[in-house]
Amino acid sequence: MAQEVTDSTEITTPAKIPFWYDPTKRAIIYQVVVLGMVGMIGYYLFTNTQANLERQSIATGFGFFAKEASFEIGESPIPYSAADTYARALLVGVLNTLKVAFIGIILTLILGTIIGVARLSTNWLVAKLAGVYIEVMQDIPVLLQLFFWYSISYEILPSPRQALNPFTGVFLTNRGLIFAVPEAHPAHGYMALAFLGGCVAVWALSRWAKRRQEKTGKPFPVFLVSIAILLGLPVAAWMFGGAPLKMDVPVLRGFNFQGGLTLSPEFTALLLGLVLYTAAFVAEIVRAGIQAISRGQVEAAMSMGLKPGQVLRLVILPQALRVIIPPLTSQMMNLTKNSTLAVAIGFPDFVSVANTTINQTGQAIEGVGMIMVVYLFFSLSTSAFMNWYNKRTALVER
Amino acid sequence: MVDSSQSIQSEQLKPPITRIGVIGWVHANLFSSVFNSFLTIVTLYFLWKIVPAFVRWAFIDSSWNTTGAACRAAGGACWSIVAKNFRFIIFGFFPYESHWRPLLAMIILFTLLFISRNRRYWKKWLGYVWLSGLFVMGLLLKGGLFGLPPVESTKWSGLPLTLLLSVFGLTAAYPLGVLLALGRQSRMPAIKSLCIVYIETIRGVPLISLLFMSSVMFPLFLPEGITINNILRAQVAIILFTAAYIAEVVRGGLQAISRGQYEAAESLGLNYYQKMRLIILPQALKIVIPPSVGILISAFKDTSLVVIIGLFDLLKTTQATLSDPRWMGFSVEAYIFIALIYFAGCFSMSSYSRRLERELYRGT
Repeated sequence: MAQEVTDSTEITTPAKIPFWYDPTKRAIIYQVVVLGMVGMIGYYLFTNTQANLERQSIATGFGFFAKEASFEIGESPIPYSAADTYARALLVGVLNTLKVAFIGIILTLILGTIIGVARLSTNWLVAKLAGVYIEVMQDIPVLLQLFFWYSISYEILPSPRQALNPFTGVFLTNRGLIFAVPEAHPAHGYMALAFLGGCVAVWALSRWAKRRQEKTGKPFPVFLVSIAILLGLPVAAWMFGGAPLKMDVPVLRGFNFQGGLTLSPEFTALLLGLVLYTAAFVAEIVRAGIQAISRGQVEAAMSMGLKPGQVLRLVILPQALRVIIPPLTSQMMNLTKNSTLAVAIGFPDFVSVANTTINQTGQAIEGVGMIMVVYLFFSLSTSAFMNWYNKRTALVER
Repeated sequence: MVDSSQSIQSEQLKPPITRIGVIGWVHANLFSSVFNSFLTIVTLYFLWKIVPAFVRWAFIDSSWNTTGAACRAAGGACWSIVAKNFRFIIFGFFPYESHWRPLLAMIILFTLLFISRNRRYWKKWLGYVWLSGLFVMGLLLKGGLFGLPPVESTKWSGLPLTLLLSVFGLTAAYPLGVLLALGRQSRMPAIKSLCIVYIETIRGVPLISLLFMSSVMFPLFLPEGITINNILRAQVAIILFTAAYIAEVVRGGLQAISRGQYEAAESLGLNYYQKMRLIILPQALKIVIPPSVGILISAFKDTSLVVIIGLFDLLKTTQATLSDPRWMGFSVEAYIFIALIYFAGCFSMSSYSRRLERELYRGT
């Protein structure tokens, strides 16, 4: 019996397949070959690099971090001088990049949304102008736009003595954009605290309101009350702190302005170029998101008796945002990556500082490696957020 | 009785005068509500403020073919900076008497692009025409054959360099991108993860870091005594960068092909290469032509970044002109001129891509 079974299996399976026809074994061979080739190229480059480094007597490693940088940085959010270390100089670069990216993203979102909505306006003139803006801005390289705005700031704008003064307290000069800010006062700290407190209160309130509605069916005007809390608490804190109204107005002294807040021409040009360029792409995304919602959705919501505000909040926005958010985050990432063009107009962002470091120390590999790691970190954290968001908002299909 | 009712019916009632013709159009499109009227008036006010001033600056007070000093005296736009330096801005340092060579190369390129717009010509021969066209263009720039005096690649500059970097970049990046996309779809874990790591790394870092890599790290990678010129190094960086983006676009195309196509190919007994080459890729690559044009547009715009590593592309030759003391202070005019060149290129490509998308979508 046992003999027969083994016989029959021998009959059905033909002679052993040669290993090069076996898909699993073949896959293993392919992968070994590819990995081997990649490894060999890597080894070749590595040994070449090592030989070159030895010949040029460049020490590898990050020992230069602790050395004195001995170069000045035009603008810095933290105290910095040429006597500080390279590590601190690079930190200044990262902070400058984050500053541009953060302010740029906020302004881009606002401007892009306005233009995207304008593109769909029933007003022919507004819609056409928005269309022209989108087309023109998308089709001109962002670097050229940066050079353009920068050249305007140093060629056309006057010196501080003949500063343009379009609004009270705002001055346009070739030294930058200077405007009045409220004078430092402890009340501003209280206001910030009050705002944070307000955020927590709004969060708690919306949870409570949702639970109550689920239990009793009674709605609560969460939106209006939240606005009142978010605006009211800081205003109350401001009154409590003595209602300071004094402004720090820039005054011309000698050859330059004193006081107020100065944005350097480099920063202004960079911000302007990035925001105007990226806003065109954001506008297209917003337009596509709004157009993606079928009319039937709005009509169905209205026929269910929802108020216009509720239609927007409960029906339109959740669906539009699902379409809008993924491409939007990639545009925000593009803005951050494009901010590296700062190096071309002399704003000390991370790439610019790293570039100076490479030139001074000769640590090319470490320098370029750092640039890549920093931007990879930004983009990987962005895509981690995206994945989380996509999971949260994915359609539940049955 | 019957007659009179018929006559009323046949005498058609015209719509009110405010609903038709110019007045109707203006009413519906500009003044349909209070808010719209307000918007229109504000916009018109700004246009009235800006447009006449711009026209005055750009056309009425402008000088078109004078010296820099005369421009300063005239006060308006100085288009003379473009007129007087036109050949330098476009051709850069290419030997003056040989300018016809890059010009001819560009004419060949534009002719090829023009022919390729027509989908009827998308046959195998067009691919060969392109390959030989690219070869002729390279020969025209480089010289050294058929009695053309050789021109060093350090002298390649201006618009031909911009076009060279973007067109050759895309052509060389496409096969690499397709391989990466196939690798990413592969069932072999080692190959798949290699491709994913490559694509995600490149897409995560800015192009400028790759250009820096090509200019400062590349020389360290090569054995002693071997040097590669700047343009080729930048070209390699652009190819490596573009390939990752092409890979993602092609992956979209591969995923859009229905499973049935894969299964049908397998049940016909085709192996992996036959399946991909004969069934899947021809369909997938056709779908991704419109997004590929998008990549060509961004490659065209992104080549301007080579300015930062010191190559003399269109943007850099313009800046070199601007650093001439005779022409200092006319950046706006010069930048507007090259912005027009970039705009013309990108706009024609993007409107073509949109038209193509519509045609392919209709399935005609």
